[in-house]
Amino acid sequence: MNYLRRARWSPYLVGALIGVLSWITFATMDKALGTSTTMVRAVGVAERAIAPEHVAENAYFTKYLGSPEKPKPWFEWQFALVLMMPLGAWLGARLGKDHIQESMPALWEARFGPSKAKRWAFAFLGGAVMLFGARMAGGCTSGHALSGGLQLAASSWIFTAALFGAGIGTAMLLYGKKGADHV
Amino acid sequence: MSDPKTLILGALTGLAFGFLLQRGGVTRFSTIVNQFLLRDFTVLKVMFTAMIVGGIGIYAMRAGGMDVALHVKSTAILGNLVGGLLFGVGMAVLGYCPGTGVAALGDGSRHAWAGILGMLAGSAVFAEAYPWVKANLLGVGAYGKITLPDATHVTPWVFFAVLVVLALWGFRALEKLEKRRAASGG
Repeated sequence: MNYLRRARWSPYLVGALIGVLSWITFATMDKALGTSTTMVRAVGVAERAIAPEHVAENAYFTKYLGSPEKPKPWFEWQFALVLMMPLGAWLGARLGKDHIQESMPALWEARFGPSKAKRWAFAFLGGAVMLFGARMAGGCTSGHALSGGLQLAASSWIFTAALFGAGIGTAMLLYGKKGADHV
Repeated sequence: MSDPKTLILGALTGLAFGFLLQRGGVTRFSTIVNQFLLRDFTVLKVMFTAMIVGGIGIYAMRAGGMDVALHVKSTAILGNLVGGLLFGVGMAVLGYCPGTGVAALGDGSRHAWAGILGMLAGSAVFAEAYPWVKANLLGVGAYGKITLPDATHVTPWVFFAVLVVLALWGFRALEKLEKRRAASGG
């Protein structure tokens, strides 16, 4: 039982268990792990409450939410999955007695200073660019890289290669070799 | 709303997924950014192992005659490529991907909230840009829902054999590298 309570498990074990989780979702639920479509559904539903006509005319929202005559459920399998992920992570942190309260990552502060407004603004921008890219490509790290990668989908391997290339390039530009050595 | 059984299964899957991501340490900003800085290879180890174990199992179930459908996303080379590049830039700035960002909320990250709001905004902007993206990008190199075995007429087992060899070799090299770095205090 001691191993379970360690701050972290082996990345290979965790990876293998996520692989097994994929077997279960594919075989028993006819689903692939994914998260970013839920962002589209969530923002679409929010916009629909304010501007129903606009959302009804938007081809991208109707793809996921359906038309006013034939609505599709927005609270579906992946939405429930995404909602429960924080609770799962919280249980993991409790088990490992490894709970943090991070409003400023040390690595960021060492490079960009202590301004929280700056960190939040860039986190917002980063999230926006990331999701725009995910929707253009058709998925994110879970839906494309993981679920698509394991199915040997051509689209997903292109996406994953581009993700790592751009991620490494951007991080090196942002933090440089020196920043990398700090924290 | 979907039927309760579907929702409960989704919720349980999310619980397990968030739990595992936290246990692997990938719900941390430092783990993701240090992966891109090539200082910590946790993300690569988790992802590659999940891909290989998941893929071999799913293709084996299909080969064994089980009724397991694939869920392949469309190949549109330019869209996949440009989308992946934008995704990588955003992920390096935010320090989380969508799944790890959501899970990070439960792991004590407060600034991940700004990232989630950004993700919602990015989705909203994309929905407006969709007609343009579809007309100009998604038609370039569009091959539909193909897999690498479809495209090359090579059995998936060759791909998995190559991936397993690459992983065994790569993981061993990484473990050696990390030991050396730890020993030199880097």
